[in-house]
Amino acid sequence: MNDFIRYTIAGLTLGSMYALIALGYTLVYGVLQLINFAHSEVFMTGAFGSYIVVDTLVGGHGRQNGFMVVVVLGVGLITGALSGAGAAWLLERVAYRPLRRRGAPKLAFLISAIGASFFMSQLAGKLFNRQKNNSFPNFFDNRVLFSIGEADVRLLQVIIIVAAVVLMFFLDRLVQKTKLGRSIRAVAEDAPTAALMGINIDKTISRTFVIGGALGGAAGFLFALFSSLSYQMGFFPGTKAFAAAVLGGIGNPRGAMLGGLTLGLVENWSVMFLPSQWTNVIAFAVLVLVLMFRPSGILGERLGRAA
Amino acid sequence: MTDLTKGPGSPEPLPAVDGAPAASHMLDVDDIEVRYGAIRALKGVSFHVDQGEIVALLGANGAGKTTTQKTVSGMMRPSLGSITYEGQRIDGIPAHSLINLGICHVPEGRHVFPRMTVDENLEMGAFRFKRQDMDVRAHVLDLFPRLQERIKQQAGTLSGGEQQMLAIGRALMGKPRLLLLDEPSMGLAPLIVAQIFDIIRQVNADGVTVLLVEQNAAQALALANRGYVLETGEIVMSGAGKDLLADDRIRAAYLGEEIAAS
Repeated sequence: MNDFIRYTIAGLTLGSMYALIALGYTLVYGVLQLINFAHSEVFMTGAFGSYIVVDTLVGGHGRQNGFMVVVVLGVGLITGALSGAGAAWLLERVAYRPLRRRGAPKLAFLISAIGASFFMSQLAGKLFNRQKNNSFPNFFDNRVLFSIGEADVRLLQVIIIVAAVVLMFFLDRLVQKTKLGRSIRAVAEDAPTAALMGINIDKTISRTFVIGGALGGAAGFLFALFSSLSYQMGFFPGTKAFAAAVLGGIGNPRGAMLGGLTLGLVENWSVMFLPSQWTNVIAFAVLVLVLMFRPSGILGERLGRAA
Repeated sequence: MTDLTKGPGSPEPLPAVDGAPAASHMLDVDDIEVRYGAIRALKGVSFHVDQGEIVALLGANGAGKTTTQKTVSGMMRPSLGSITYEGQRIDGIPAHSLINLGICHVPEGRHVFPRMTVDENLEMGAFRFKRQDMDVRAHVLDLFPRLQERIKQQAGTLSGGEQQMLAIGRALMGKPRLLLLDEPSMGLAPLIVAQIFDIIRQVNADGVTVLLVEQNAAQALALANRGYVLETGEIVMSGAGKDLLADDRIRAAYLGEEIAAS
């Protein structure tokens, strides 16, 4: 029982980060019908962006007190989000928009995405890999906030879950209730008609990338706090978040959140039954099973265009 | 002709330009050519629409009616020729900017946003404004009481006729001065078609100029002040609605069934 609680909390922590990244895939898929495979590198950029700023600000000697924790969190989330948003914006401008202007086939977008992904990760490897200490100082010292039974709940876990839930709540409101959100949904449902309503499609796509990038960048910061940084750090979380987005129903933001949490939980629960090197296998086995029995994902309505 | 001087979005009267009668029309389409790749869909189409008119574009499938409308609303660009609206060249202006000049287009096949509610669809129609005009909204719901009944329903679940009403209502939310309607009667039961055409007449009486594309020539010509007949990308005939309706060639080509039925 204690194990179950422990793994559930670990699963929610991991899952809420997957969910944040998955939102980036799903939002972009909505407006472009394109899997932005370079999104994992946007996540990585967010991690490095926030690391550089936080490291310059507080240095390696993370003397932990309440004030410091709040500063690191605030600065880290904001700079992570900003670098993620910037990377995503640039990515759209350089890797996708020129293709869109030319009416390139879908395959060209896919190749461009993969190329951009390699480029960004290798560039980060060149720029940052020589940094001495590629992880945040341990600000939280594995501090235990409270325990449920025998299972400890660490402060960092709570922070990650709360931060992710708050971000997701605001994203959901943004998509459902604001004019920007409505324009994103309209472009996703029927772009030519959205243009007839006065929506600038290019601008909307750009903004969608920025929003997805900001969430991915913030997730990058949280992930780096939780483990470490490397130029290849995007690959597994990115791929799994993509799986989570498909799991939840690609194109559906609420589905991405649900898919992310589900995947994080399943991965961690599996450790109770199988050796932990099976985690990645489990994650993708879940994806395959869902696609076999419910190809549109948990919350997906349909993959095609509006009739 | 209806009285237009007090329409909500009535433009300032244009200054008279001597020797350029074209400027007195609200919309002037001059010799436009539109291509889909190597195919010339429109081969030099010219027509005009005056303030307050209902003008019908008629023709068979593939004649270029929809292409003509799409070019006027900025969804397509002409490769040759010009389009002038209220004295301003508008060819080449993208659709999302053109709506700010008061040109609203109800595309063929309705194209409501299926996963948004009726309410949200109407709001989308008013997207170009900071917030929707509640008077216009009340007016639209007045014209289409069915939409009020289904206001919280997803648009994709509406019947074809209701979707058409929503599409027109949504366009009206953008306060058009020129309303482009593409086959509003397509696939609808005769009773609904009659309702829709009544609404178009009413909207026009409120001061909105209408450019109507229709295959249902009899109904369209009964409604329109003037009509143009398109054939394979060219205008082959034009005239007042009732003259065209009485023309033998039109009756033979487009009205065969409908005349026989009535």
